[in-house]
Amino acid sequence: MATMSEQSSKPQPGRVMPVGLAQSPRPTLPRLGPPPLQPTERKGHGQAERPRLASRRPALHALAEAAIRVLAFSSIAAVILIFVFIAKEAWPLFHDSAIWKEVTLAKMWFAQQWPGYDAPEHVWQPVSEIPKYAVWPLVVGTLKVSLIAMLVAVPLAVGAAVFVSQYAGRRLREIIKPTVELLAGVPSVVLGFFALMVMATWLQHALGLDSRLNALVAGVALSFAIIPVVFTVSEEAFGAVPRSYVEASTALGAARWQTIVRVVIPAAGPGVAAGIALGLGRAVGETMIVLMASGNAAILSASPADSVRTISATIAAELAEVVFGGAHYTVLFFLGVLLFGFTLATNLLGEFAIGRMRRRLGGVA
Amino acid sequence: MKRRSRRVGDLALSLGTGLAAALVLLIVVVILGDVVYNGAPHMTLTFLTQAPRDGMTAGGIFPAIFGTVALVVLMTLAVLPAGVATAIYLSEYANPGSRVTRLVRVAVNNLAGVPSIVFGLFGLGFFVQFVGAGIDRALYGGQRVFGQPALVWAALTMAVLTLPVVIVATEEALAAVPRELRLASAALGASRLQTIVRVVLPQALPGILTGAILAISRGAGEVAPILFTGVAYFLPKLPRSLHDQFMQLGYHVYVLSTQSPDVDATRPILYATVLVLLLLTFALNATAVVVRSHMRRRFAGASS
Repeated sequence: MATMSEQSSKPQPGRVMPVGLAQSPRPTLPRLGPPPLQPTERKGHGQAERPRLASRRPALHALAEAAIRVLAFSSIAAVILIFVFIAKEAWPLFHDSAIWKEVTLAKMWFAQQWPGYDAPEHVWQPVSEIPKYAVWPLVVGTLKVSLIAMLVAVPLAVGAAVFVSQYAGRRLREIIKPTVELLAGVPSVVLGFFALMVMATWLQHALGLDSRLNALVAGVALSFAIIPVVFTVSEEAFGAVPRSYVEASTALGAARWQTIVRVVIPAAGPGVAAGIALGLGRAVGETMIVLMASGNAAILSASPADSVRTISATIAAELAEVVFGGAHYTVLFFLGVLLFGFTLATNLLGEFAIGRMRRRLGGVA
Repeated sequence: MKRRSRRVGDLALSLGTGLAAALVLLIVVVILGDVVYNGAPHMTLTFLTQAPRDGMTAGGIFPAIFGTVALVVLMTLAVLPAGVATAIYLSEYANPGSRVTRLVRVAVNNLAGVPSIVFGLFGLGFFVQFVGAGIDRALYGGQRVFGQPALVWAALTMAVLTLPVVIVATEEALAAVPRELRLASAALGASRLQTIVRVVLPQALPGILTGAILAISRGAGEVAPILFTGVAYFLPKLPRSLHDQFMQLGYHVYVLSTQSPDVDATRPILYATVLVLLLLTFALNATAVVVRSHMRRRFAGASS
């Protein structure tokens, strides 16, 4: 639009357009311009008659638009770079024979007969005379803590979401929703601190547990971080159920609870499932809470009263003290690849579920 | 009989779900109450303005506050251009159904789901070991200057982590700008870029601010991404350049609560630090909520 901008090189006082950015060097838009030209015409026309000063503008425009287009790919670049650079540091585990002297994939996944042990065992003991890198205690620990967190978080979050979307009046809703947002804003290190300093003591006294820090404490604290995720997504899903569904059900004589249980919840099901998948991804990847509250002992057991060490906490606790490029370093990046892959899978699953719900409800809404 | 079962069912479901909601509220109240009750008495001006003393059992947390602010300022400078440009591309330029757009969206969503500790690994592997060491080789003859954990790498790592926050908020803000304004601008002969810069962005500014504030709040609270990219346990001096290490509030909380030599002596300091961190993130979140509701009201007024 070079032809019109040159007419407007003086700012016009009485313009009707909304205020532009104050620091913009460009002249203000004119009140009236020539009729818009066809894009093909515009180019030829402009190039023929444009004086020098204004001819820089299209170049600037093109530059700015190119910058926007390039920056728009920053998130794709970020995801790819994250994967590439973590995988790159883990790669020696797959081909470097110097690393294989200390650890191999087989040694990580299968029980080994270590000197001093009666039977083959899975042991995570990377800093010892004979480094042992069995990942099962970490994987099981991660799943155990996440399972406890989900068992606490899902009923509370979905229940609260049903209450807020179906029963609560406006005032109650305006108390509950901001409070959950408040919880979402609490940094995870604060939740970890609370679990470590306060909740661990309470739970130990209440249940008479041996170790103060254990999978239960970490799992319950972790659930506080998951509740906002599951709540927000589920509440949105319940809100997206078309009114006509509820009206049809009521017209058929169903009670309110019957409508909720038989119509609203099934219709919003994929959305709730998406919330649960996203929550699980968060639970598995969350670091500071489990690092502070789980006790960090890599014990392979099913009991929630035992201390556990999760994958994320292992990386956080050990990476600062390893030799760059060494076996331990490589294994920790391999654990990072595992985490990345798992959360990627849960995210895609969640997205798939949300898309499915949109398609299903899309026909009616 | 039937009517009674209806009443019982409704009562049970509303009570059950109401109980869940009440429990969630209770959790928040207990956590906040505990922190405020134990932290407020120790939160004095000297605490906010002094450095830690005596193995962190006395003194204040000023270096940690300073480091946190420096971190989020640098992070914001990095994340805003990239995040806003992505949102502009998605909402103003891209064809909504195209494969590229879908790919960008999938990337944004997945980036939001990557665990924060993985960002820490990435920051170490990419920024410190690759970019930083590369700068050292090119400019400093291999001397270690940028090729180690530093403020700038922590800030950039945090910027990647908060990118989805800015993109989502900005996109929402751009979508809320009435179409009529764009059409009016185009009808006056403005190009697409002129329309975006002079008309759409000023209207969307509160929403973009919301995104920036939410990103800052997130960046101020995260600890895992900076563990290996620049944060330090204790520093006698404040960071003076981009390649210095720094102290940070969240990490300070972690260190005080897990590695204190004297738990009882550090307890008041610890609680007060947590309170400062919470106040900081809540103040930021509250500002974002206020700005956002202000924006909604403005558009509601404009369209009616």
